Parts: sequence; structure tokens; C-alpha cells
Amino acid sequence: MSSMLAQALPADLPPLAAIKPRTLSLDSIKPIETYRDDFTYRNSAGAIARFPFPFPEDNYMYSVNIEPATVGPAGSIFEHWFDVDEHYRSEMAERALVLARDPRRCMVMPHMQEAAWDTLEMLMEHLATDYPALFSLHREGNHWHWQNRVLELDQHFTFGDASTLPCEPLEYITRQAQGDFAVLDQRDGDLYMDAGIVTCPADWSLAFDAGMSFKQWHAPVPMAHQMGVFDRALKYLMNIQVGKPVRRLNWTLTINPRMDTSPETFHEWGHERGQVTADNVGQLVHLRVELQFMPRLPRSNALLFGIRTYLISFDELVSQPRWACRLHRVLRDLPPQLIEYKGLSRYHSTIVEWLSQFDPEA
Amino acid sequence: MSELLDVRVASVRQLTPLVREFTFEAVSGDLPGFSAGSHVQVHMPGTGRPLCNAYSLLSDPQQRQHYRIAVRLQEQSRGGSRFMHEQVKEGDVLRLSPPANLFAPHSRAGHHLMIAGGIGITPFMAYIAALEQRGGSMELHYAYRSGLTDTYLEELAARLGAALHPYDGRAGQRLDIHQVLSDQPLGTHVYICGPDSLISDVCQTADALGWPAERIHWEAFAAPEPGEPFVAELADGRTLAVPGDYSLLEALEQAGVPVPNLCRGGVCGQCMTPYSAGEVDHRDLYLSDSERADHLMPCVSRGKGGCTVKLAL
Repeated sequence: MSSMLAQALPADLPPLAAIKPRTLSLDSIKPIETYRDDFTYRNSAGAIARFPFPFPEDNYMYSVNIEPATVGPAGSIFEHWFDVDEHYRSEMAERALVLARDPRRCMVMPHMQEAAWDTLEMLMEHLATDYPALFSLHREGNHWHWQNRVLELDQHFTFGDASTLPCEPLEYITRQAQGDFAVLDQRDGDLYMDAGIVTCPADWSLAFDAGMSFKQWHAPVPMAHQMGVFDRALKYLMNIQVGKPVRRLNWTLTINPRMDTSPETFHEWGHERGQVTADNVGQLVHLRVELQFMPRLPRSNALLFGIRTYLISFDELVSQPRWACRLHRVLRDLPPQLIEYKGLSRYHSTIVEWLSQFDPEA
Repeated sequence: MSELLDVRVASVRQLTPLVREFTFEAVSGDLPGFSAGSHVQVHMPGTGRPLCNAYSLLSDPQQRQHYRIAVRLQEQSRGGSRFMHEQVKEGDVLRLSPPANLFAPHSRAGHHLMIAGGIGITPFMAYIAALEQRGGSMELHYAYRSGLTDTYLEELAARLGAALHPYDGRAGQRLDIHQVLSDQPLGTHVYICGPDSLISDVCQTADALGWPAERIHWEAFAAPEPGEPFVAELADGRTLAVPGDYSLLEALEQAGVPVPNLCRGGVCGQCMTPYSAGEVDHRDLYLSDSERADHLMPCVSRGKGGCTVKLAL
């Protein structure tokens, strides 16, 4: 019986019936919750239902899991190019905090200015079209008028003239868009990290990776190089066409709902890995899923690399029994190199033991 | 290819007896943006066969309302350029692939050296607009035959001034590649678009002068050359007779077996297809020798002399 149950486990997403179509209004967006100090961040039942659970099978190994970013079901995180959800205010407040402390989290090399405007245009167009209750964009030639009703911004500016915005264009628009963004220059048969804004990274640093090539910034990843994953991924990414974005999911675990797990602030969060006990796993440990979304920027030919992060506590996650069971099996059987690389060594056995209560076969 | 763009021919201009210029506008909504060096594939209906040629976009990428291309009538046209010259009229609706770029100006170049032969001027029209916008340093060497392929010469002279170096083949003016390449500042990137002979001459000269390969860029969008008829066998056992004037890609498309592709000229790598048997005449510029043992590019490559090529499709 129990092996039948294992085979009947569903794929990565919850049943579609659980994801409800939604019309985002100002009221859909929560008041500001925190990703630090008192950690008041929580997911509503609706946010849990649309959480991108990333495991299609009971075990996990690297693959070139890149797919065309086709439009997903209404209400799902794949419905629009740039997903806005109930955490919008909180995430933008957190970004402002990080940037105030460390302006180097946003970087645009001189040859990337056109790509920065390209990014601003793409984000404004999609946000205004997909969330008309929240954003609007009116254009007459290069005279643009942008309104963000959530953050109460009303900006007239001249497209292409940075002096008409309160800050550099990439920073201006990504202070209003959830997730991190790297902007990759394509040249010499490679991609280079020459611009970006990174305030919620899973333990990587834009300042450190700045100017690196695709393989250079992936150098720390174990096993995948030998598997040829990066050769194939690079070829695929360089051929992305205008209007045909691709996406993939990536994951790790984070202690507390902390967005800014960057090397620059390791002293603030690294020690929290030692605080996990059998009693606090559910509240402390979070599955962190990145929806990586890669569209071609049309006018600069740069590649936008969006990294939209979703956090869910294990307590919230186990409200979906099938996810709990599968996560137990994935983490139990994770190769040692990945346990080490993802920084799970100190609490891996504790969480596997805790999750085993949700696995009928354990 | 899915998601084609419907465009209306807004205007047609005969620039020389050999070159026609077409301006396209969106039938509805907006045209996608594009970057300098991009091309589109124009799908040509009513030719009795799947025909689709790639053309560089020559309009200013900042210009959001239209796309512009120029088409040279090829003496040995397989039908594409003749169709564009003889059939396409203002008001017609055509379908384009979205823009793709395999020939972008290098973002870190200190100086952009453009070498155009004849109709190879087209991508550089967009380059010049983009580089003017960025304040990039540039020069253009343009070899043409006056009255036939001297497209946009007056406009170029006005825009570039002393940075334009024209060479009229009919007046016996010769482009001295060695001289041009010898006299360049450090950090120069050279871009070549034109006939194969021009591309190979520049590449060989640059190589001999010690230019690093990373600073040499070229684009040759020649249509596939005809060859011998041969047979393609599909994984499901179906066989296709590929006529001499069809590419394998076209024969597959006609049989309802679409293969992803960007350039239709053996460069981009998108249509790379595994095969398991048959002697293949590889004509692409993409695959390595080891890859050629079991992969081919159906946009340009074909089976040799009537043989059967077994495809994993």
C-alpha cells in the first residue's frame, strides 16, 4: 500500500483548483511585515496555495531545468512575467533598508545604461498592463508618466534622460519590483554580470560577481560543471529571443524569513543555523524558492535575469501534506556535496527527523 | 516558428535597379523592440513552397513605429528576393519572425570598424544610429558598385562625414583591407557584412596581423545553396524526398515537421538535429568536427548524392 502512495504523489504544483484567479487591488497587499529583527513575515492561505513547490520528484539532482516561460494558470505565479503578491509593500521596504545600509547592492557599469532603460521599460510596460489597479504608464514620445499607487509614486520623466528621475533608472524601477535583477551583457560568446540590483540573494554578492562571466560566477556550484550543465545552459540562454523568455526554479533553505542572506551580512545571519532544534523547526526553517525569469532586453540585446524569491516556513509548508512528505524524501536523500553547498550541514539531520513525521513510509 | 508578427507594408522604395526597401508597421499593437544588428525572417506566402529569408533591420532601433529592410535582387534567386521585388506591394500583410540578434555591436569596443560590401550595408545602418545615440567611436568602409548597390550613400556621407570611406568598384576604387586593419587603435572591433569573399579576406588579413578572434565579427546571411536531391528518413519511418533547390529544413517544414531556427544560414545553432546514418555535406559554420559525426544543421546541410539521411526527428 505504502509504495502505491509514493507513486501517486503529485507533481510540483498543488492541484489547480487550489489556486484561485485573483484581481490584485490595493487591499490585496498586506501592510509592511519584516524580514529581519522581529520577523513578522507570514503567508496567507492564498499565498501558500500558490507557493512554487519546486520538487517534481522524490529526489533532487541538478539538471538544465530551463523551460519556455509560457503563461501559467490565472492566479499562479506564472500568470504574468513579473509576479506581484501580498508581500509587495514589505519587500520594497526591505529593499530600501538594504540599499540605505549598502548602496553597492545596485550597480550599473557605464556600457549598461541602455540595458538599464530597457529594464525600466519592460517592467513598467508589464506591471501597468498586468496590474492596472496598482500601476499605470502613459507615454507620448519620450515623455512618460508613471504611477505606482501602492507606494504612492507619481513620476513624469523623459525616457533616456536619467536626470529626470530621482535615481538611476535600474534602481528606480527595481525599488518598485519584487525580486532581485541581474542584467547580463552578451558578448564574446558569453554573458557578463555588468549590472544589477541584489538585496535578497541566497548567499551571493553582486559586488563580488560584478563583471564576471557566466561560468565564473557559477564556479562555486558543485558537481554541475562536470555534468556539463553550464555549457548547455549558456548556449540556451544566449539564444533567447525577444518576446520568448525562459524560466527555472531554484531552491535552498533559510533560517527565519530573512530576505537578505548575503555574504556582506553573513555575521548577522550565519549563526542562526546553529539555533535549529526539534522544537523550533516549523517556525525557524523556511524553504526558499527562486523563480528565475530570463527575457531578452530588446533594445540593448542584454539578458535580464530576474530572481523572484518566495519564502515559506516549514509550519506553513506542512499544511500541504504531499509537499511535507516529498520534502522529507528530497532532503533525506540529498547528496552530501549539496548539503554542504546549500549550507544545511548544521541542521540537516534535525529537519529530516522532524519532517519524517509527515512521511507515511518513514 | 510560432508567434509570428503580422506586419503591413507601409511603403516600398526602389533605391537602385537592384535594391528595394520595405517599411513595415504593426497590423495591431506595437512591434517588439530590437537592437542594432538584429534580423527578422520574412515569410513569403503564395510561392508554392515554404520560403522564408532573413533580412537585417536597418531602421533606427530607437524608432518604435516601424521596421525597415532592404532586399537585393539575387541573380540566382531561389524565389525569395524575386518575390520581394516583384510581388510585395504597399498595403500587403506579411508575417515576420520576432527580431533576433546574432551580430550585435560589442559593448566594450573602444572603436567600431565597419566593413560593408554591397547590400551588407543594412545592419550598419542600425549600428550607426545606435552608436550615434551612445556617442560611440566608429568608421565605415563601404565597397559598392555605383548605381547598383550604392544604397544610402548620400545619407551615410551626411551622417558620417570623414568617417565614411567609400569604394566604388565600377570606378576601380579598391578597399585595401591590409591598410585599413593595420591602422587601428587598440580596442577596435571589426565587423564585416557582405559577400563570403569579403568576409574571408578580412578575417584572414586580421588573423595575419595578429587580431584576436574575439575582436572580429561577421555576418553572412547567404541563402542555402542548392545541391543534389536526397532522401531524409524520419524517426517514425516516413521518408521525404528533398529536391535539389530545397533545403532540408524547408522540406521538413513542408512535411509538417517544424524545427526551431533563427538564421536559416548555418550560424545560430538552433536547428541542430541528430542523425544516425547517411553521408552529410556539412555547410554550417556552427558545429564542431566531433559534433558533425552525429548532428547536422538542416538549414544549409544536405545528404550527399542521393543518399538517405536518417534523422532522429
